[in-house]
Amino acid sequence: MKPLENIPSLAYFTPEILLVIFAAAVIILDLLVKNRESQKVAYLALIGLGSALVAIIVTNSISASSEPVPLFWGMIQLDGFAVFFKILLLLATAATILFSLRSEELDAKLKGEYYALLLAVTFGMFLMASSTNLLMIFIALETVSLTSYILAGFLTHSPRSSEAAFKYITYGAVASGTMLFGLSLLFGMTGTGDLSEISDQLVILLAPEQETPLVTPLALLISITFILAGIGYKIASVPFHMWSPDVYEGAPIPITAFLSVASKAAGFALLLRFFYTGFADTKIMHSIDLGLLLAIVSALTMTIGNLAALPQQNVKRLLAYSSIAHGGYLLMGAVLLTSGNAAIVERGVGAIIFYLIVYFFMNLGAFYVVVLIANEAGTEMIDGYRGLSSRAPLVAGAMAIFLFSLTGIPILAGFFGKWILFTAVLEGKLYWLAFVGLINSVISLYYYARIVKVMYFEAAEDTDKLSFSKGTFALLSVFVVPTIFIGLLNIFYSLSGNIRLQ
Amino acid sequence: MLLSLIIFVPLLGMIVVLLLPRDSEELIKRVTLAFTLIPLALAVYLFIAYDRSDAGTQHAVSVPWIETFHINYHVGIDGLSVTLMLLTALLGPICVLASWRNIEKGIKAYMALFLLLETGMLGFFAALDLFLFFVFFELTLLPMYFLIGVWGGPRREYAAIKFFLYTLFGSVLMLVALIAVYLNSSIIPEERTFDIPTLISLAGETEHALADPTFQIWVFLGFFIGFAVKVPIFPFHTWLPDAHVEAPTAISVILAGVLLKMGTYGLVRINMAMFPEGMAFFTEVTEETGLWGYSLALLGFVNIVYGSFCALAQTDFKKLVAYSSIGHMGFVILGLAARNTMGVNGAILQMFNHGVISAMLFLLVGVLYDRAHHREINGFGGLGNRMPIYMGITTLAFMASLGLPGLSGFWGEALSLFGAFQEFEILAILSTIGIVVGAAYFLWTLQRVFLGKLNPKYEELPEINKREILTLVPLGILTIVLGVWPNFALDMFRESVAELTKLMGTFQAGL
Repeated sequence: MKPLENIPSLAYFTPEILLVIFAAAVIILDLLVKNRESQKVAYLALIGLGSALVAIIVTNSISASSEPVPLFWGMIQLDGFAVFFKILLLLATAATILFSLRSEELDAKLKGEYYALLLAVTFGMFLMASSTNLLMIFIALETVSLTSYILAGFLTHSPRSSEAAFKYITYGAVASGTMLFGLSLLFGMTGTGDLSEISDQLVILLAPEQETPLVTPLALLISITFILAGIGYKIASVPFHMWSPDVYEGAPIPITAFLSVASKAAGFALLLRFFYTGFADTKIMHSIDLGLLLAIVSALTMTIGNLAALPQQNVKRLLAYSSIAHGGYLLMGAVLLTSGNAAIVERGVGAIIFYLIVYFFMNLGAFYVVVLIANEAGTEMIDGYRGLSSRAPLVAGAMAIFLFSLTGIPILAGFFGKWILFTAVLEGKLYWLAFVGLINSVISLYYYARIVKVMYFEAAEDTDKLSFSKGTFALLSVFVVPTIFIGLLNIFYSLSGNIRLQ
Repeated sequence: MLLSLIIFVPLLGMIVVLLLPRDSEELIKRVTLAFTLIPLALAVYLFIAYDRSDAGTQHAVSVPWIETFHINYHVGIDGLSVTLMLLTALLGPICVLASWRNIEKGIKAYMALFLLLETGMLGFFAALDLFLFFVFFELTLLPMYFLIGVWGGPRREYAAIKFFLYTLFGSVLMLVALIAVYLNSSIIPEERTFDIPTLISLAGETEHALADPTFQIWVFLGFFIGFAVKVPIFPFHTWLPDAHVEAPTAISVILAGVLLKMGTYGLVRINMAMFPEGMAFFTEVTEETGLWGYSLALLGFVNIVYGSFCALAQTDFKKLVAYSSIGHMGFVILGLAARNTMGVNGAILQMFNHGVISAMLFLLVGVLYDRAHHREINGFGGLGNRMPIYMGITTLAFMASLGLPGLSGFWGEALSLFGAFQEFEILAILSTIGIVVGAAYFLWTLQRVFLGKLNPKYEELPEINKREILTLVPLGILTIVLGVWPNFALDMFRESVAELTKLMGTFQAGL
C-alpha cells in the first residue's frame, strides 16, 4: 500500500490525537477543580484513555484489510502489531491511573500534571509501537524518556525520588546519544531512514556480487550495537540496566509498575519492528552474528537480574531486579529474529507477544499489592509482609499467585508464557540459552518464595486485620483471574499467534 | 468420563471447602472426607471393573485443549495406573482422618490444599498427554510446599523451600526434554504431538527422529533427573528426610505413599516405554555402553544400601522411616533396571506395597508423636505394656516393611531381586545387605520403643484410639492380603507390563 499523505493520515491517527487533546484537557480541568476533588482529573484522564481505545478499534476496523497502512509518508505504520501494543500500553496506563488513585504517597496538589504526563508518555509509546522510520523511532523514544524522567522524580519531597530521576536522565542521555550515533551510521550506509527501504538497500549493498563491498557486515553490526544501546536502555537489558533498580525503588510505586510493564513492552515493540522490517531479508540478520550478541545479552540480563534480586529486602527493588530478569527471558524471543528462518522468527514474535500479555497481568498485579501494602501497612520492606496471610488473606493469596506465576509454576499463566518462549528457543536450536533460562527460573523461585514464606510461614508482629475497599478487590481480581486462566484457554494462543509483523 | 470424575471431584471439593465459613471446622472436615470418599468409591469400581486380560488403555477420553500446540486433555488407565490411582484414592480419606485432631490452625486452607493435591496426583496417574502429565506433576508442588511450610514442624520453612527447589530443578530439565520430544515428534509443525501412546509408537519406528539413540539418551536423562528427584534417587535425595521430619503426619503419608511413586511411575510410563534405547544404554552392559550399562542398577543398589545404613543410624523415629523409604524405593529402581518381566512386575508391586506400608509407618509415628510430643526412639521403652494394640499394629507394619514372607513387602522385593539377579548378579546379591540391615533397624527400634522397662514418664500414655485404628486397618488388611495373594495386584498390571517389556524387547513368558 502506498504511504498516505499527511491529511488523509489524520483519520487513522485519531487515538493519538485524542490522547494529546485529553492531556491538555486534564491540565485545564486541574486548574478549575479544587484540591480535594483531584480524582476528577484522574477520571477525565481515564475517559481520555477510554475514548482512545474506542478510536483504536474504530480505526482498525476501517482499515479492515490485513494490509498495513503507512501514515505520514511512511513515518509510522498502522497494523495489527501496532494495534495490539497500543491496546496493551493503554491498559497499562489505565491500570497505573487506577493505582495512583489509591496511592497515598502521591502529592494531591500535583496530580493534574501527573495524569497529563501519563497521557503524554502513552502517546510517545504509541509512536514507539508504530514507527517505521529511524527519525521517528528516535523522536518517539525521546518523548517517552523525557516524560518518564519527570514521572520518576515526581515525589518532590523524597530525595530518593529525585536521585532516581537524576540517574534516569544521566543514563538515558548517554544511551540515546549512543543510539543516535548508531542510527546515523545506518542512515549513512543506506541513505534512507525508512526501515523497509533500508532492508532493500542492504540486500543490494551486501550482495555477494559486489566486488568492493560498500557496506560490510562488521560495520552493520557496530551500527546495530549502538542502536541496541538505546533500546536496551528502555527494556533495561544488561549492561544498560543499572538505572532501573534505583529508579524503580525511588519512583512512586504506580510509576514503577508502569515503567516495568509499559516501558518494557514499548521497547520490545520497537525492537521487534526495527529488526523485522529493517532487516527483512533474514539472511542478512544471520550473516552479521547479531544472534550471538543478543543471546549473550539475554543470558546476562536474566542471570544478573535474578542473582541481584536474591539479597533484596525492599519488595519494590526486588521486583525491579525481577523485571530485569524477565526482560532477559523476553530477549530470548528476540534472538530468534536472527535465526535466518522465517517460521522460527514468527514463533519468536508470537512467544514475545504472549509473554507480554501474561507479564502485563502478573507484574502489574504484584505491583498493585505493593501499592496496597504500602498504603495500609506503610512499608515496602519484605519484613513488613510478615504474617500477611492472616492480616489480609485475600491480598496475600493474590500476591502468592502473582509471585508463583512470575516464577513460572504450572498452572499459572507465567508457566505457559515461559513454556512457549522456551519451545521457540529450542526450536531455534539455542540449547544453551534455553538451559540458562531454565536454571534462572529455578533461581528466581528462591526470592519469590521468600516473600511467600514471610507472608504465610511467619507470624505477624502486628496482628491487626488490614481492611480494603470492595473496589480494591475488584481491581485485584482483574489481575488475578487472568493470571490463573490465560494459559488454560486456547484463545490467547491463537490470538498471539495471529498478531503478525508486516 | 468416570476417570475425569475421579480426577476433578477433589477439585470441586476444594471449591466447596473454600466457600464454607471459616469457623465451622467440623463441617469442613466432614465435607473434605466426603469428597475424598467419592474418588475412593469410584477408584474401587474402576479397579474391579478393569479388564485384566486387556493390555491397552481403558476408559480413555481425549478432548482438544490447547489446539495451537496440539495439546489434548487425554486421560486413560492401564493396569499400572489404575493400581496407583487406587492407592492414591485410598490414602485420601485416611489422611483426612489422620488430620482430624492434630491440625490446629487454618483447617479450611489445609483441607482445600489437600484436595488440590489429590487432584494433581490422580490426574498425573491418568494423564496420557505428555503436557497434561507434566502439568499434573507440577500441580502437586504448590500445595505440598504450603502444607509443609505452614503446618510443619520447627524447621518447616527450610524443608519446604528445599523440597520446592529440588523438585523444580528436576522439572525444568524434564521440561526441556518434553519440548525436545514434542519438536522431534514430526518435521511438519502441524503434525507435532504430545500424545503419549502416539509418541511411544513413533519412538518404535526405525528412522524416526525420536528413535535416534543419541537423542533418546539425552531426553532419557532429562526425564530421569526430573523423576529421580521425586523418587528420590541418590544423590538427589537430601530433601526427603527434611521434608518428612517437618511435614505433618498426613502429609508425610501422602509424600511417602504417593508422591515418591510419581517418580517411579514416570520412569515406567515415559522413560521405559518412550525411550527404550535410552533405557537400554543405562541398563544393558554391551561393548557400546560399557560401564554406563550398570548405572541404573548401581543407583538402585546405592539407594538400598545407603538408605538402610542411614536408617540404622537414626534416633528420630520419623527420620528412620524416611531413610527406610529411600532404601525400599531402591528396590523399585533395581527391579526397573533389570528391565525383564520379573523385575518390572516386582518393581511395580513394590511401588504399591511401599505405598501401603510406608503410609502405615508414618501414621504410626504420628500416633506416638501426638501422645508423647517427641520422636526420640531412645526416649521410650516398655511401651508394649501401655499400648498393646499399638504395638501389635506397629509390629505388623515393621514385619511387612522388612520383607517377612507372608506379608506384602516380601513379594515386591523378592521379585525385584529375582529380576535383577538375571541381569546383574553381583549387584543383586549385594543389595540383599539392605534387607538384612532393614531387619536390624526395625527389630532394634521395636526393642527400644516397646520392650524393656516402661519409662515412668509414659505411664499415663493413652492407647491408640478408634479413629487412628480406623486409618490403619485398611492398610493392615492390604499388607496381609497381598502377602498371601500377590496376584491380587499382579493380575492387574501383568498384561501392561508384558506390553512394556515387548517394547523393550525383554519380554519373558511365564510369571
